[in-house]
Amino acid sequence: MDWQSWLIGIVGRALAFGTPLLWGTLGEIYAERAGVVNLGVEGMMVLGAFSAFAVAQSTGHPGLGILVAALVGGGAALIHAFLTVTLRANQYVSGLALTMFGLGLAGLLGRGWEGIPLKQPLPSVTVPGLSKIPLLGPMLFEDQSILTYIGLVLAVVLWLLLYRTRWGIVLRSVGESPATADALGVNVFLVRYLAVIVGGVLAGVAGGYLSVEYRPAWTEGMTAGMGWIVIALTIFAAWDPLQAIWGSLFFGALYHLSYRLQAWLPPELLKLMPYAFAILVLAIAGLSGRRRGAPGALGVPYARGEK
Amino acid sequence: MRRVGPFILERRRAPSRAVVIGVSVLAVLAALLVMAIIFAGYGVNPWHAYATIGKSTLGSRYGLMEILRRTIPLLLCGVGLVIAFRAQFWNIGAEGQLLAGAVAATGVALYSGIPGPWLLPAMFGAGFLAGAVWGIIPAFLKVKLRVNDVITTLMMNYIMIYIVDWLIHGPWKGPTMRGFAYTDIFPKAAWLPTLPLSRVHWPTLVIGVAAAILAALILSRTRLGYEIRVVGESEGAARYAGINFLRVSLAVMILSGGLAGLAGVGEVAGIHHRLLSPTQVSMGYGYTAIIVAWLARGSPLVAIVTSLLFGLIFAAGDVIKTVLRMPFQVTGVFNGLILFFLIGVEPLMYWRVRLLPKGERWTGRAGSSGS
Repeated sequence: MDWQSWLIGIVGRALAFGTPLLWGTLGEIYAERAGVVNLGVEGMMVLGAFSAFAVAQSTGHPGLGILVAALVGGGAALIHAFLTVTLRANQYVSGLALTMFGLGLAGLLGRGWEGIPLKQPLPSVTVPGLSKIPLLGPMLFEDQSILTYIGLVLAVVLWLLLYRTRWGIVLRSVGESPATADALGVNVFLVRYLAVIVGGVLAGVAGGYLSVEYRPAWTEGMTAGMGWIVIALTIFAAWDPLQAIWGSLFFGALYHLSYRLQAWLPPELLKLMPYAFAILVLAIAGLSGRRRGAPGALGVPYARGEK
Repeated sequence: MRRVGPFILERRRAPSRAVVIGVSVLAVLAALLVMAIIFAGYGVNPWHAYATIGKSTLGSRYGLMEILRRTIPLLLCGVGLVIAFRAQFWNIGAEGQLLAGAVAATGVALYSGIPGPWLLPAMFGAGFLAGAVWGIIPAFLKVKLRVNDVITTLMMNYIMIYIVDWLIHGPWKGPTMRGFAYTDIFPKAAWLPTLPLSRVHWPTLVIGVAAAILAALILSRTRLGYEIRVVGESEGAARYAGINFLRVSLAVMILSGGLAGLAGVGEVAGIHHRLLSPTQVSMGYGYTAIIVAWLARGSPLVAIVTSLLFGLIFAAGDVIKTVLRMPFQVTGVFNGLILFFLIGVEPLMYWRVRLLPKGERWTGRAGSSGS
């Protein structure tokens, strides 16, 4: 195999594998920018994956499946928002509960849908014209999911929103210092609710992508810890939507390599690679002091009139 | 202080024990209620479901024994997590630490050549060590590099799951197992004794109860326990008191990971007698133990009670699967629900409801009770 087709394969598949990571990370970045950690990403993703598959299979419309996955993800995030923002419950525990609940519910409801191939997966697109560019064309513009492109555009849009608009300032101020934001007339609770729900919607789509596009079928636990990689990526990307692109691509490539290298190494050991790298990458981020990007009030519930 | 209709809501500092128990029971009942709706949605009469579960678990000797055997790993992991949570160390990795213990025990049982009577103690020792090693890596990363403990402990779970998978498919695959992904069966000397006609490997149960008592003593009576409590309550105060964070974190995770490792030894030496698929060994005990510990609210002794409760839920999961023909995942849903309600009702504990005395006018200020 020559190096060109090897490179094309790696980058192309890294994009495909990185897409759910990108969607999930973008969502978590927004939730955490508002000061709310949501450890329920894995649960929201798996609920999205199941609901997208069930709807796509029974209606024949994969797009509708993705839409429902977004709604389900948002709905699941609403539980987290209610517990952590309104009731000021511990964000870690609430997120863990959401993951347990999501994995359990998707496993319970998904029993009868296990192992059936999806009749009509989301069609992949080849961009006319651009795909003819040597090397870059087949690498980036051939046979990719529409959700990959939307995800990349979304990353740019969310970055602009965060750093170049009034809305972005409001969102960041709520995560940085909610008391100050409140004093300036910002509705802290509303902003946090919205940010957490946006996070859930994007995580839902990430899950839907897995079951109606990437591997068009439903298997229990098909998210396989991706939700946790997303949380690591959020830190690694220093809560910046644009950096999330590179992080997702890197982990997408790792996931792909864990299949690609099976001729040389045992598959089980290759599969642990992304998780080992997640720890490594965070350790490097810790060494280089990258954590300084963390929102000031991350993980702290806000109550009016208390210190 | 707030007024709702004829009631006054007052904030209180420290809820009494009765309130804590009452509110916790309320959370469990609320989760049972939502589960009833899920049962009904599945076409199973909830009364019938709960009656069947009650009869097959609490109502028979076999059922009671099954609760006990499920309690053992939950107790060991739960006590370890209580210690970790007291120090504000978010150990979500009991699942992986349990598996690490199971791997070490398997290695000793099959490959060490240690003579009969010393084999089981060696397995427990190796299991504790392996769990502790798996636990101190995140502790080191947290203190030295400020890497988030939730993520590292969780990633360590996945890494250990794949290591077990690799071992049973590769180097440790049993030659006598005809292509199945198991190791060989342990020699009889590596089997833990069980109570008659049950799967209760009682030595591990005894270790679990002893661990709970020891942990309670460590937390309340020793210098380490004092340091753990200070670190958990306020980082600032801990720094002021000159407490060595690295030392405390390492100690906490050696205990927490080590106890989970012991649970893993119990599972392979007491139940399976070989190493097999990681999901069959750990079964989510490590994750459920998080709720066991959370419900125990920092008390290792209370963890004995809460692990029994979740042992019952695991045993109920078996009944749900075999008798009611619903998937075992029901327990996952139920666990999530309990945790939701548990933290959801928490604010209730900090409010006292009082009837506004007749004739007294609401001024919006603290009255005689003073707050």
